[in-house]
Amino acid sequence: MDFELSPEVVAYRERVRRIVAAHHTPEAIRVQHETGTFNNPSLNRALAAEGLIERAVPGLGAGDPIELWVLFNEIEKAGSPVDALGVAVMIAGVVQHVGNERQKAELVPAVTSGEALICMGYSEPDVGSDLSALTTRAVRDGDEWVINGAKMWTTMAHEASWVILLARTDPDLPRHKGLTMFLIPMDTPGIRVDPVHTMATERTNATFYDDVRVGDDCVLGEVNGGWRVMSVALSFERGVMGGTNPGVPLLEHTAAWARRSGRLAEPAVREKLARVAIDNHVAALLTQRSAWIAASGGLPGLEGSMTKLFASESYQKASRWFQEMAGAEGLLQLEQPGAAADGWIEYDARHSPVTTIYGGTTEINKNNIAERHLGLPRARR
Amino acid sequence: MELAFSSDQRELLDAFEQFFANESGPAIVRRAEPLGHDDSLWHKVDAMEVWGSGASTSDLAVIAESAGRWIAPVPFVEHAVASPLIDGLGAGIATISLRPADADGVWRLVPAGAVADVVIGVDGADLVAVRSTPPGSGPLNHASAPLADRSARDGERTVLGPAADMAMLLARWKVLTAASLVGVASMSLELALKYVQERQQFGVPIGSFQAVQHGLADLPGLIDGARLLAHKAAGAIDRGADGLCNIALNEIDDPLALASMAFVFAGDVAAHATDRSLHFHGGYGFAEEYDIQLYYRRARGWALILGEPAAELLTLADRFWPAAASAQGSGH
Ligand SMILES: Cc1cc2nc3c(=O)[nH]c(=O)nc-3n(C[C@H](O)[C@H](O)[C@H](O)COP(=O)(O)OP(=O)(O)OC[C@H]3O[C@@H](n4cnc5c(N)ncnc54)[C@H](O)[C@@H]3O)c2cc1C
Repeated sequence: MDFELSPEVVAYRERVRRIVAAHHTPEAIRVQHETGTFNNPSLNRALAAEGLIERAVPGLGAGDPIELWVLFNEIEKAGSPVDALGVAVMIAGVVQHVGNERQKAELVPAVTSGEALICMGYSEPDVGSDLSALTTRAVRDGDEWVINGAKMWTTMAHEASWVILLARTDPDLPRHKGLTMFLIPMDTPGIRVDPVHTMATERTNATFYDDVRVGDDCVLGEVNGGWRVMSVALSFERGVMGGTNPGVPLLEHTAAWARRSGRLAEPAVREKLARVAIDNHVAALLTQRSAWIAASGGLPGLEGSMTKLFASESYQKASRWFQEMAGAEGLLQLEQPGAAADGWIEYDARHSPVTTIYGGTTEINKNNIAERHLGLPRARR
Repeated sequence: MELAFSSDQRELLDAFEQFFANESGPAIVRRAEPLGHDDSLWHKVDAMEVWGSGASTSDLAVIAESAGRWIAPVPFVEHAVASPLIDGLGAGIATISLRPADADGVWRLVPAGAVADVVIGVDGADLVAVRSTPPGSGPLNHASAPLADRSARDGERTVLGPAADMAMLLARWKVLTAASLVGVASMSLELALKYVQERQQFGVPIGSFQAVQHGLADLPGLIDGARLLAHKAAGAIDRGADGLCNIALNEIDDPLALASMAFVFAGDVAAHATDRSLHFHGGYGFAEEYDIQLYYRRARGWALILGEPAAELLTLADRFWPAAASAQGSGH
């Protein structure tokens, strides 16, 4: 095996690293934690100014899955948020792939300039893992579609310029066949966005669609082809756009704290730090493997599931160990005097639980691996 | 970049898989217990002449994984590590002592010590090779491994170099043992998959129960991760990589550090995989007759022979956070 990055990728990584370092400032972090909006507009613009977002959009730019992995891994390792930009880049790739000319002309440049975000309206109040049961309806009325329904967890809806909305267009077809993906400007009349606050400060949203009228030009891909559009999105994501190395900034914060406080000399502390360093490295290698498979023309869907399982569970383990290790000071939050690791240990302990839930829960990933990788019979549930 | 075996390595793997499947089936493994060594199998392995100076650690790791999958009762890893150093010291099995000789000049619990003709290890300030008659037996142990104490003084003794030269031998041993443990884990998963699809309870294969499926579904990612790490370490040893360890950037190229990481991780994964697999065999998993118990015992035995994992982790921490000792005195 050869893990070496080409000199071009190494140079690209240095470029990304330099830009991230310049824009992942204490001020940016403060704003994120104050507003709950985990996005860094100045970083997005700076990456765009150097052409790096355009380069990253699958099917558009010169970048390949290796670069995509490097880009998001560098942002994530620095501790800067990845999801908002990641969704925008991924959806721009989908639009580039299956969108109509107007969608391409409007959305793609808006994303590659670092200005526009896009939110994903898949989950609903009553529908999460079993997504094909969704009930948001789009009904034909003349040459328009009339959309009614509610979506839950529409992260970034309050900042996004578009939503990609999965809605039922044909209730008579088998469940996942009667769904259509719409690409809708967020300022379309009839859309309401209500904040949903989470235990990790991060804000997401409930979104409501009340007689939202859109034309055929807002259909993304084919009518009743929404499930396929969603799998295109997933195939672009491939588990390489962040989310697999949150343990890296956590370890860095914790090791720095341990050094400052003198705790770094304790064997029990050193042992845990070393264990987390190993897990972080394994998570990176598994992610690199997905990127390599994708770059070699494969579809690392199951490898992505395995990586997500390992990365999320080891991150949760690390944040629990570190909080226990820090004791009472590990309970103190960001900017509180005396907080262990300036409050990052407490923050990660609050943030890590979501990582086995969103983006496909642990159980759904295990179902997929058991059936499609291990070849076990469809489970009795 | 290539994050899978090369085509040459796939051929190598196929050849050894076929060889061990024919020559080191469970009956052979059982027959070799409790010593854990089969001399006729050893001669066949030795005849394949993979030890030559050209053998890369990466290629040897491919073979070690196969040997681990078949828990072959031969000292493949030990001989692969030790034999390049004893060119000209005569034929036979060579091994290394994982610990320095004690005050009495004895290397304790040497892997393959029961059967090796030459033992290489640290005695005081030197790395030495000692040729002496192997005892042919050793203490009964968890892994049915041919462990034995060996003298560092009695026998034909050759000084090979300073004690510090042991570090790279140990690193190679850790990487190849990690690869063997990946093999143990991957075969344990296969045994589990076979069993849970055959065994029926409540009128259906137990492998259709979600609890059973979920108990197995995190294993392939762990096994793949352990294999990737072992091969990253092997590659770093072969290239004589530059010793980089940047934890903040998660960039590690240092052969010694990667070897420790691969060893600890593979040990955990093999312990976990064999544990799950044995458990989903129900009572039969505990029965002598079923193969999973052979794997369960080796998963632990092969990893713990080096010592407690915590000690390995502390050595690793010294490499990652070297200034710690002074940090303690820095007055907080
Ligand atoms: C912070 C946050 C941000 C999010 N952002 C977005 C977003 O931008 N867009 C979007 O569309 N969605 C988003 N989501 C939604 C996310 O994708 C869902 O939460 C997730 O898919 C799980 O769905 P659910 O919450 O309805 O849980 P449920 O599906 O109700 O699951 C509850 C529990 O039951 C288990 N379970 C369910 N089915 C099975 C089964 N077959 N076998 C075994 N166990 C099962 C689950 O694993 C889980 O533990 C976000 C969620 C969060 C928390």
